[in-house]
Amino acid sequence: MAKYLLLKHYRGGPEPVCTVPMDQWTPDEISAHIQYMRDFATRLEGSGEFVDGQALAPGGTFVRYDGEGRPPVTDGPFAETKDLIAGWMVIDVDSYERALELAGELSAAPGQGGKPLHEWLELRPFLTEPPTITE
Amino acid sequence: MDEALLRSLTPGVLGILVRRGADFAAAEDAVQDALVEAVRVWPEDPPRDPKGWLVTVAWRRFLDATRSDAARRRREEVVDEEPVPVSGVDDTLQLYFLCAHPSLTPSSAVALTLRAVGGLTTRQIARAYLVPEATMAQRISRAKRTVSGVRLDQAGDAATVLRVLYLVFNEGYSGEVDLAAEAIRLTRQVAASLDHPEVAGLLALMLIHHARRASRTAPDGSLVPLAEQDRGRWDTALIAEGVGILQAALARDQLGEFQAQAAIAALHADAPTAGETDWVQIVEWYDELVRLTDSPVVRLNRAVAVGEADGPRAGLAALAELDDTLPRHTAVAAYLHERDGDLEKAARLYVEAAEKAPNLAEVDHLTRQAARLNTRH
Repeated sequence: MAKYLLLKHYRGGPEPVCTVPMDQWTPDEISAHIQYMRDFATRLEGSGEFVDGQALAPGGTFVRYDGEGRPPVTDGPFAETKDLIAGWMVIDVDSYERALELAGELSAAPGQGGKPLHEWLELRPFLTEPPTITE
Repeated sequence: MDEALLRSLTPGVLGILVRRGADFAAAEDAVQDALVEAVRVWPEDPPRDPKGWLVTVAWRRFLDATRSDAARRRREEVVDEEPVPVSGVDDTLQLYFLCAHPSLTPSSAVALTLRAVGGLTTRQIARAYLVPEATMAQRISRAKRTVSGVRLDQAGDAATVLRVLYLVFNEGYSGEVDLAAEAIRLTRQVAASLDHPEVAGLLALMLIHHARRASRTAPDGSLVPLAEQDRGRWDTALIAEGVGILQAALARDQLGEFQAQAAIAALHADAPTAGETDWVQIVEWYDELVRLTDSPVVRLNRAVAVGEADGPRAGLAALAELDDTLPRHTAVAAYLHERDGDLEKAARLYVEAAEKAPNLAEVDHLTRQAARLNTRH
């Protein structure tokens, strides 16, 4: 009973196995990839382990407080920015081992030629409430 | 409408249906229907025998729901072999064993227990554990399917029931229902029908911790360490009850880990001030706990107690024997080094411990400790 965030990165993770961008895949390969992730989420709903999942647009802006008035906004994330998150999924599982297992499965989503993409996924535990019994 | 009464009757009614041969999932649905009906009818027309009323209505619902020929045949078969009626207390206890069945994962067992024995709604359980209602509904229905083939006449394992109740008490946070209070209510129910010293030990442990709960956090939500808690805010009646239950359990001379944990909690609760805590006796209880569980986490807690009883150097020596990847190992090291006077090292370790802490309140607390040492004048 611990929640984990599975983060998909557009870039920023370790060196990917597959470097062919999605626009070079066939439409069917893209559909298969998307369907795999939908099926994965549906299966987790069925097992009672799904909490949330969203995809993020690649573009975005940086915003900062600069005193009263409209806050300044700049374009971003910038080209040189290391990290760019594509989306996330939140799971609620019984153990860290189970979280690893699921992240591994999600990373096996098919890519070009229908073979597993071997995509790096970032796995991060949520901070929880403190337990009632501590000493 | 007495919601507490309804919820206390739920497990007994469900137990009777299952004992009569109803499939667990179908029985649970039928009982939920009966509860809804009770909420509608009882305010105008209260029954003389609420439990009997619920059993009658739930059984009728169950029969309605399984009206197909195949189901009827199966039902007639089970009715034929219907066992001699037993007391409601036994049915309830059997239901606890079923909900904590070893074939269930911990989270499924917790969810099923809260639903079937606790009488909470799926929505309430989902909110308490911060997952979508659909997810919790699936978790519960899978759990029901998992145990649907299990006969209620098998003797259950008390240890798994206690483990589930401990998880409810320890890991639940307060949503719309207070899970700690719910765990205590359910443990009381088990204690009333199961004569086992560890049930008493767990109940005592829960009561003593619950008694100190209000003093554990400041109004802004930050953690207040045991030594700094306002002991005037501890619920002395609850502590006295817990200590009484514990003493009766200990007198039976069948020590288990919950009794030992409760004994440690009782020694903390018993001290008028933090300085008057009987650390020597607490170390002795940790020795018992190590003997009973051999858990690294217990050894870590023991190192803290040794640090209080025999000084920080002794605590650090005990700590040195443990794997430093243990949760909270760094936090304990930081605390002991601070007490030993090495403030720079302590500050560094507090920062490191904050990075590893599993919950936000501890992260904030440890960061404040580091800041306190870093900004001292």
